[in-house]
Amino acid sequence: MPDAIELRINGAAKNVQSNPDRSLLSVLRDDLDLTGAKYGCGEGQCGACTVLVDGKPTRSCLTSVRTVAGKEILTVEGLEKDGKLHPVQEAFLEIGAMQCGYCTCGMILTAVALLNSKPQPTEQDIVESMNGNICRCCAYPRIAAAVRSAASKGGK
Amino acid sequence: MAHDPLLDGVEVERYELFAEPVYRFDLSRRDFFKIAGGGLIVLCLLDELDAQDRRQGRGGGGGGQEIGAWIHVDEKGAVTLHSGKAEVGQNVRTMLAQAVAEELRAPIDSIKVVLGDTALVPFDQGTFGSRSAPAMVPQIRTAGAAAREAIVDLAAEEWKVDRATLQVADGKVAHPASGRSLGFGDLTKGQKIAKAVGGGIALTPPANWKVAGTPVRKINGRDIVTGRHKYASDIHRPGMLFGKVLRPASFSATLASIDLKPAEETGATAVRDGEFVGVAASTEQAASRALAALKAEWKTSPQSSSKELFELLKKANADTPVLVHGQGSMDEGFKAAEVSLQGTYTAAYIAHAPLEPRAAVAEWTDGKLTVWTGTQRPFGARSELARTFGVTEDKVRVIVPDTGSGYGGKHTVEAAIEAARLAKAAGKPVKVVWTREEEFTWAYFRPAGLLDVRSGTKKDGTLLAWEFHNYNSGTAAIRPLYEIPHQKIHFHTVRSPLRQGSYRGLASTANTFARETHLDEIARAVAMDPLRLRLKNLKDARLRAVFEAAAEKFGWGKAKKEEKQGFGLGGGFDKGGFTATCAEVRVDNGRVRVVRAVTAFECGAVINPDHLRNQVEGAVLMGLGGALFEAIEYEGGKIQNPRFSQYRVPRLADAPAMETVLLDRKDLPSAGAGEAPIIAIAPAIGNAIFDATGERRRSLPLV
Repeated sequence: MPDAIELRINGAAKNVQSNPDRSLLSVLRDDLDLTGAKYGCGEGQCGACTVLVDGKPTRSCLTSVRTVAGKEILTVEGLEKDGKLHPVQEAFLEIGAMQCGYCTCGMILTAVALLNSKPQPTEQDIVESMNGNICRCCAYPRIAAAVRSAASKGGK
Repeated sequence: MAHDPLLDGVEVERYELFAEPVYRFDLSRRDFFKIAGGGLIVLCLLDELDAQDRRQGRGGGGGGQEIGAWIHVDEKGAVTLHSGKAEVGQNVRTMLAQAVAEELRAPIDSIKVVLGDTALVPFDQGTFGSRSAPAMVPQIRTAGAAAREAIVDLAAEEWKVDRATLQVADGKVAHPASGRSLGFGDLTKGQKIAKAVGGGIALTPPANWKVAGTPVRKINGRDIVTGRHKYASDIHRPGMLFGKVLRPASFSATLASIDLKPAEETGATAVRDGEFVGVAASTEQAASRALAALKAEWKTSPQSSSKELFELLKKANADTPVLVHGQGSMDEGFKAAEVSLQGTYTAAYIAHAPLEPRAAVAEWTDGKLTVWTGTQRPFGARSELARTFGVTEDKVRVIVPDTGSGYGGKHTVEAAIEAARLAKAAGKPVKVVWTREEEFTWAYFRPAGLLDVRSGTKKDGTLLAWEFHNYNSGTAAIRPLYEIPHQKIHFHTVRSPLRQGSYRGLASTANTFARETHLDEIARAVAMDPLRLRLKNLKDARLRAVFEAAAEKFGWGKAKKEEKQGFGLGGGFDKGGFTATCAEVRVDNGRVRVVRAVTAFECGAVINPDHLRNQVEGAVLMGLGGALFEAIEYEGGKIQNPRFSQYRVPRLADAPAMETVLLDRKDLPSAGAGEAPIIAIAPAIGNAIFDATGERRRSLPLV
């Protein structure tokens, strides 16, 4: 039976009525209409569902909503501030680091987490951090370039 | 059109799934204004030739004028283009906007593009075959140019001046002599003008392009990076339920018995309709639980395995080949040859694995059906839905939001039909999103293929004889562009053990792999540089140009620096695009790493160099997956590797250093670019592996 669960999403409290073992991905998408996180594989292999939980890139498809109650959840919808894009979003846009765009939100959040922990990542850091995210259109050279570009502009 | 049964086997896109009967866009003038509001509307009528081309294979009759696309300039000067194409990541939306902006002389950001909504756009057969640039762009440019001329007419009349004295730029008409200027909206305000144009309108030559030909950004890119764009799988409707479909236990299994009651007891709606069984519930989790509660028994039948695939391909219908092309005499060719070689090459079934799996939301209202779904065939989806549910096409609206990719894998519309069936039963809107496993299992695959090649060559590298047999993968790019006097090229139709269909580049990948690998073998046999061998036998200036450009950028011909290093190249032509790729690999204890890939590509006049580069890079990398590790394994009617943890696709760490040379031929019509750049990487890698190891790999995937 549904429980009342209090989530903190993009800096605001959100109360949801949900079976506590539903996935965070489903609650975000289906209950809260935060559809930037996508379903891609359901086994943590593609990264399309990535959100940040207490700053850490997290596969929301494998995370039950119960386990994130009270933690800070950041979705792509929370990156833009007062109409201004996050520098990583800006870099993806400027470099055109996407084709169909289905992986893009997961890519961006993974990159945001990387730059938060390592503002000046090495090539190796970029490959290691982003390698868990699949872009089936294979826009990888541009995705790496966008992360570099955001880093060079102090992109946190 | 008469249907030639012989062509069944050799149609260029044999596996493009069949499009539906011709639909006449029968809106009256009043209907257009009802959809669009006042202002100026220009319809691009397809000329008879084009229309026939579109009808081919659809068995369509004559009568009525078909509309290719239409443009509306509203009473405020905002421009909307309506086209039946679908955006699947190839950036067709931006390309079409550039074509309008160019001819209309309007700012790119004043242009809205409506795609793939069957209620708002004219019929289109579908988005495949790299047809948008060569076929749709000229129509849109024609409509754009006609709209511009109509606006000039309005200004000339307004000011009572000779139209030749007017200039159009940046969404305004100016009369320099008097210093007067009016925006498009000032001129279209209060108007209700509808025009229909065919051909015969002068278009801006590519050499003079100001918006087309430039690296305009993805026009809805901001919606992508903010997560605001709603893909079909993101659509939510009031009261919507989540649907799941019961899949057979194995391929070709039929339902022996089913008990719906345990699913219904969970509170879900459960439906059985023939072989279809599905459930709908208020959350995805509840739907999954209801699905798991179903008790089904299946009647299975023996199924073949991927281990015996190539024997099976060779055996099936081996005696009924279709001769695609023949010239000269094989006897004569081989008699004169000093070096004769034979090789057998194979290509596995591979999966498109679009990151957004098949998804649809369906809603019935008063006997009318609206479906949001990701497909490359919006009108095909509408026809199939209408037929399935026994309603006329005007009762069905299909809306295709920009889709999470397709690569030729979203021609079919299963999820739409499933969602609509469940929505009908539940009396509520229903969303169906396929799981990754479903997408890997129940979609369709790029055809597997077996290719036999026999060649005869003179010691100086002159190609004399070429016998080529393709079993199952298809005929795209099956004919070599090399000058070979004696040729026999066969295609063998095979009853595929797996459901197969279109794929980016389709058969061109297998045909180019076999041909370009075999050429490398010939080059080794006659001790000639592989590039020189190709150029010696190649007159086609466009293919020569990409080979030369790729080789130059790559530094072809330089000596190896170390044992483990290898260089290889390949090239070819498909669907209007010329591609050559040079690859450098490093093979370490059998592990292959592609270190560098240089691709030269030419597809006529470039409409958006940045998006073209993106397509070429993406295609090469996707092709690297098929070259190195992608293969569908199956046994007992089940896919053995239906997950990303089991079916490896390219990741960032697999990406080599990449360089792309774009040859912009402003003197040639623009062709598509979504497919052709994928074809050359596999032979380039395979040939480089040989260069590094001396070991010839003739099967895709190579490792």
